[in-house]
Formats: sequence, C-alpha cells, structure tokens
Amino acid sequence: MINPATANSKNIILELKNIDKWFGHVHANQDVSIQIENSTIHGIIGENGAGKSTLMSIVYGYYQADKGSIFVNGKEVFISSPVQALNYGIGMVHQHFKLVEPFTVLENIILGAETGTILENSLQSARKELKRLEDDYSLNVNPDSVVGELPVGIRQRVEILKALYRGANIFILDEPTGVLTPQEVDHLFKILKSLKKQGKTIILITHKLREIMDLTDNVTVMRQGRVINNKPTKKTNKEELAELMVGRSVLLSVNKKDKKIGRKILSVNNLSIIDEKNIEKVKNISFDIHEGEIIGIAGVAGNGQTELLETLTGIRRINDGTIKFHNKTFDNSNPINAKEIRKNGLAHVPEDRQRMGLVTSFSANESGILGYQDLNIYKGKIFLKKYAILKDMYDKFKRFDVRPANPILKTSSFSGGNQQKIVLVREMDQEPELLIVGQPTRGVDIGAIEFIHKQLIELRNKGKAILLVSVELDEVLSLSDKILVMFDGKIVGKINQKDADEKTLGLLMAGAK
Amino acid sequence: MATLLDKTQQSNRSSPKWITHIVVPLFNLFVALMIAGIVIYFNGDDPIEALLLLIKGAFGNDEFIGFTLYYTTNFIFTGLAVSIAFHCGLFNIGGEGQAYIGGLGVGLVAIYLGHLSPFFVIPLCILAAVIFGASWALIPAYLQAKRGSHIVITTIMFNFLAAAVMTYLMVEVLIEPGQQAPQSREFNNNSWLPFMHEIFNFFGIQISVSSLNFSFIIAIISSLLIWLFIWRTHWGYEIRTTGANQKAAIYAGISPSKNIILAMVISGGLAGMVGINEIIGVHHRLILDFPAGFGFVGIAVALMGRNHPLGIFFAALLFGALYQGGAELSFDIPNITRDTMVFIQGLVILFSGAMEFVFKPYIENIYFFIKNNLLRS
Repeated sequence: MINPATANSKNIILELKNIDKWFGHVHANQDVSIQIENSTIHGIIGENGAGKSTLMSIVYGYYQADKGSIFVNGKEVFISSPVQALNYGIGMVHQHFKLVEPFTVLENIILGAETGTILENSLQSARKELKRLEDDYSLNVNPDSVVGELPVGIRQRVEILKALYRGANIFILDEPTGVLTPQEVDHLFKILKSLKKQGKTIILITHKLREIMDLTDNVTVMRQGRVINNKPTKKTNKEELAELMVGRSVLLSVNKKDKKIGRKILSVNNLSIIDEKNIEKVKNISFDIHEGEIIGIAGVAGNGQTELLETLTGIRRINDGTIKFHNKTFDNSNPINAKEIRKNGLAHVPEDRQRMGLVTSFSANESGILGYQDLNIYKGKIFLKKYAILKDMYDKFKRFDVRPANPILKTSSFSGGNQQKIVLVREMDQEPELLIVGQPTRGVDIGAIEFIHKQLIELRNKGKAILLVSVELDEVLSLSDKILVMFDGKIVGKINQKDADEKTLGLLMAGAK
Repeated sequence: MATLLDKTQQSNRSSPKWITHIVVPLFNLFVALMIAGIVIYFNGDDPIEALLLLIKGAFGNDEFIGFTLYYTTNFIFTGLAVSIAFHCGLFNIGGEGQAYIGGLGVGLVAIYLGHLSPFFVIPLCILAAVIFGASWALIPAYLQAKRGSHIVITTIMFNFLAAAVMTYLMVEVLIEPGQQAPQSREFNNNSWLPFMHEIFNFFGIQISVSSLNFSFIIAIISSLLIWLFIWRTHWGYEIRTTGANQKAAIYAGISPSKNIILAMVISGGLAGMVGINEIIGVHHRLILDFPAGFGFVGIAVALMGRNHPLGIFFAALLFGALYQGGAELSFDIPNITRDTMVFIQGLVILFSGAMEFVFKPYIENIYFFIKNNLLRS
C-alpha cells in the first residue's frame, strides 16, 4: 500500500511510523516516528538506553515492533529478518564487526551470498564487483588479506563493502567511531560522504555530538524511548542537542582551579615493557607524578598506553627500568604485586571495564568489592560480611548516582555508564594516593561523563594524584595539568595544559614531530 | 552504548529465576521420560505401569528409600566435586578416578589401623578419603595451572591410571591371602561406619535394613559447607572470579593458578568421599570397580543442579531414584533390563545435561505471552 503522508515534495526513502516496542516491563520504544530523506546522512543521537539501538534492530529485522509500521520508498514493508532487510536495500555496519577472522576479505564479503556450489566461481565474480565498488567509493582494501590481521579501521571498511556488495542503499552505522583512531575516523567520514554523493542514505547512531555536527544533514534526538526532536543539523548546535539528550542543561567543559602540587608519589625511570609476542611496547620512558596533579597521557590507542597501565598496576612485568611508588622501588627482579600495591594506595580503573574491571556475571555488590575482597571491612575471619558489603554498596551507589541503585542486580544488567560508575566508586572510595584511570568515559553517555569528570577533579583537589589515559583528546585536554603524548611506545611530548592545543597534540600523536 | 542484540539474545530477556531453576529442569525431565515411555511401549510394555513401578521401587517403602538415599549420597559427593571445579571454570572429568583413589586411602587406613578405636579410625578414614582424592586431582591441577595442560585431557587420563593402579594393588598387593577374588580381607568392624538402621535402632526406632549409612549425613554436611565456602567466603569469591573472568581476577590481584589448584584439590577431596560411603559404609573391604560410574554421573548431577548444592541434592536424589527404582523395575518386569535403565538414565542426562537450554526460549515465550496478555488486558 502507498502511504499518502510520504508522497510529498521531500524524497523520503525510509519512514518509521508510531513504532512501539516492549521488553517485559521496559518500554524501549514509544510511538517513534522518523522520516529519513534519500541520499542524506541522518544522525540518531541519545544517551545509553534511549532506544536508538532497539529502533535500528527493528529496522534491520532483528526485532519486530509491537505496533507501528515501516515504509521503504513509500511502500509499507514487514521486515522479519536481516535477510529481508537486505532485500529492501537496508544494510548494517555493526559496532562489533561480524566478520570471520581467519577468512580473507573476499571470503568474508561473499559469506552468505555465494552463488552455486563451486566457491571459485563466486570468488571470481565477487573480485570483479569488489574492484568496481572500491574504485567508486575509495574504499581501499586488499581482498586477499586475512581479516584477523587487519586493523579495526580496515575491518570496518570490509563491513561497509559487505553491505555494498549485497546491494544496500540505506546504511545503518551503530557507533562506528567508538573503536577508531582519529585518522581512521577522518577516513570513515570521507567514505560516508562519498557514499552520500553516490546517492546512498546513511543512518548514523552515535552519542558523540561532534560527529553529528560534522557529518549529518538531519538529526533525531531520542530520550527514554521517545523521539524528542527532529531537526536539520544546521538549525541546531551542540549545547541544544546535549540538553535535549539529557533533559537538562549540561556543562560541556570542566571547571578546574589551579592547585599547588605536593610531593612526588610515583616516579618511572627508563621503563621498558615487552609483551607476550616479544614486541617492545614501551620504550625507555620516564616521568613523575605528584600529589594534587592529573597527568594525562594522550595518544592513539595501541601505542603502549595499555601496557604502561598494566605494568604500573602489577598485571604485567617490568622488563627494564624502575618504578618507584612512595618509597618502594620495583624492577624486573622485584615485580609489583597487584594485591599489595592496591593495599598501598594505588587504585586502578582499567581501560576495559567489562573484561577486566568487573565480573559481569556476578551481582553488582560482588563486582563492587573486586580487588578489595579481603579488606577487613568486607570480610571476617572466615566469612564475607554480606550485610556490611550490601550496606556499603547501597551507600556508594547512592553517592555516585548509579542507576538503578540496587547492588543485588546482576552487573551485566547495568548500562555501560553505570558499570563505569561502579568501577569508579570502588576505586576512588578507598582514597587512593594515586588513581590510574584508563578511558574513564569510553561508551559512557554525556550526563555520566560530566559526573565522572567532576569526581576526578574533586579527587585531585583533595591532593591525590591521577594518571589519566584516554583516546578522547578533549578529555585529556580539559582534565590534565600536564600532558604526555605517547607514540610507538615512547613519550614524544611533555606539555603543560596551558600550552597545549588540539593541533599540536594531534601532530605529536601522529608521530610527526 | 548498547550493541544490537541478535536473535539468540532476544530470548535472553530476564525471566524469573524459577523458570530457569525449576520449570526448565522439570520439563527436560518430563521430555526424557516421555521418550523413554515411547520406547518402553514399543518394547511391548506399559509405560505408565513401568513409571509407577519405578517410583514405587525408589520410594515405595523405607527399605527402598534407604537404598535410594544410599545412591544419592554418592551422587551428592561427585556432583559437588564437579560443581566446585566448574565454579573455577574447570571441567573435572576425573571424579571417577579420584573416587577410586579416595577409596584406596580409606581402605589402607581400615586395613592397617582398623583395630584402633572407632572414634579414632573413622575420622582418620574420612581424612584419608579426602587427602587421597585431593592428591589424585592435584597433579592434573598443577599441570593445568603451571604448564597449561588441558584439565579435561589429564583428568580423563588419570581415570585410566587410577583403574590400572587399583587393579594392580587388588590383584598383587592387597588381595586377601589364599583367595581368588581380587578383594581385600574384611576390615575390623571398628572401622565400619554405622548404618542408618543401626542409628535409628539406637534411638529406639525400627527401620528396614538397607545400605544407607552415616555417609549420607556427611554428604548433607558437605553440601552445606560447600555452599558456605563458595558463596560466603572470600576464598570462594576468588575461585568464582577466576572461573568467571580470569582477566578480572589478575586485575584484582587474585592468582588464577593458586585458585585452580585450590578448587581442584577440594573437588578431588569431595569425589574421594565416595570411598567413605562405599568402602567403610557398605562393602567393608576394598573391592574392584566400586565407583561404578558415579564419578561420571556426577557431571550430569552438577549440570542439572545448576552447580548449586541445593540443586545438586535434588538432582542426586533423582539419579539415586533412577538407580534404585530402575533395579526394582527390571526385577518386576524382566523385559526391562538393566540396559534399558542405562538408556533411560542416558536420556535424562541428554535432556537435562547436554540439551538443558533447548526448551528454555519456548517456555519463556509461553511465560511472557501469558504474562503480557494478563498484564495488558
């Protein structure tokens, strides 16, 4: 049937009307209506749990809406599976790529779209088609490289090629820049723009305001399962979008007073770290951290930051050089013990909260004592003090505004931002002398970012030291007192915050001194 | 940002715990019995009659109940053993061998120190069961923790080693002098665990004679202690952390290798306690092949019991009932042989172990359908 509403002057390629979706008690989408114009980039922005991903899952056929309808090119369609979505020209680039790692790029691209029983025929025709697509959209990928050996940015291109190969006109990208380096982000944006130029339509799901402003033609703001606003991007700005997303005005910059630094807490001297593949990840670096200062480490992910953090916290061994914390000196023959150093006042918020910072299958109160399970406040001679743990967690969850404030729930049932708060409150509440934080706001929504930044500044103002590692340049710039730039395992720049700007740091991060 | 859930996760909506822990296992059991019933029907017997005879054979009178609980005791020990290893992320297939060697420890104490006071020798036997079982698990545990040899492979190998060692000892060393059968002499009765009918008799209550002995009480106490250990101590917490997320364990300063060894040693000790029930509880002499598959069935018991001591108790009771009721059933209907019973047990293991979650999404869908329609009408 033809929907009369879409037969207007604008060329609407995809329309969602009054979509409703329940999950048990949760009303994930409420009466959602969106119109997406042909060959535009349409942004959908909202906090975690705003219902963006659910909505796109409905469009891509993973879920079916309880109520409402979907129109493609003005025709009502029923999408019951991703295969059907592809038939209607809807393709998806997942946040976590769905690629077979030991296969080559070409093999991945024909996966599920093989023709006939002889694989060689499909591969041959795919190779030709792929060549054409690559040329048309400037997507440079070697079809014979093994996916498992490619960097994430290239893998994402493979995902896009996969959708193109299957004839997609509408591309849904779910948080595409979460895993990319700044350069890779630039390249992705170029690709998206060229797709648009060729007449494709792109739906970009994100919580990063800057991407919306830089890239999109129209933007839809979602909050708590509803559409709050639909606007052309030109007619709005960052502040307005942030306020619409969160439902109150948000402070996008950090208020920080100058503070005098105290005595030296940590000093790293000529530290070198070799990883399990025998590659030198950290090369002969030295720096100090004092009380009352935040040292930020900027750098593209994978330049040794992770290894440095893991070594300082006793997860990895020191290969060469020394680390001096308080009055104790550690080196290769006197390694740091993760349990001991935590007791001595070094807390650690790891970069990967789901795989390292929490046990997602545990209840939240059990995750809330990880690393501190043998403190005397939590355990008696033999038994854990269940009641004391719960009481402490209720109190902590309330103070850090963890939602829901119920530590009996499973850790995995909390959203990313709230899981991060569970880790942060656990590590910050012991009043550590030095807090080591990796990616404190990765995958965390705007409201929570503001809160987390405030807590970090407060800890610093109490005279504690913080070592911050983040791939978000804004974050490093606004929080740190001093910035170190890491490139290829070396510290290639030490800059005071006042003298730093995005451009200088960007050049240093790219290794161009 | 939440990722897009795929179809399998869609059915992973949070349904209440009683669906997973009660309805799903009962339904699995029901399906297994249905299929068994069909086979029995085509075999020329009445499945309903067979089921009633099975239940009667397991719970029909106090003697039958006694034997059911005697089997249950073994399954509690081996089920707990599998579960604690599982909490540490380890699959201990070696319960059979650990039980065998645990029995050897019991037997050695009973043979050489059996003349001492029961108050001394019986605790010593229990201790020997635990220590021997634990040491048999310690070697695979060490190899896994320090050398990375896969525990599934090593524990299977150690089952064969245990069988070989025991055959050698029974035939060449511990055999009763002047006898042909490969078994030890009967122990001095100072080392015998009291039978339950004797204990009840002591308090003036008459119950029928069965193999049920004091080990059952030990099994119940062990269940309680294991529950406390796993969920209420920081040692249990560290074992569970190691099993659930090894990276998080290392981050928290918990040593995975230490916990792997600890969990396996406790696991082996629990499996070894089968030797208490069998050797000083019932046979009163060392014999060949007394673990009779209890170690393997323990895997199914742990799976079905969701690795929780209470669940393990009920799963052990089920398998105890199948063993005892099945024996009575094949006595009453000779057409249903021991092998048919093994087949039925196999079905129960298949549906509640290997295919435990096959029906879960459907049951959940029915639950949500009923709930949503009632809620919204």
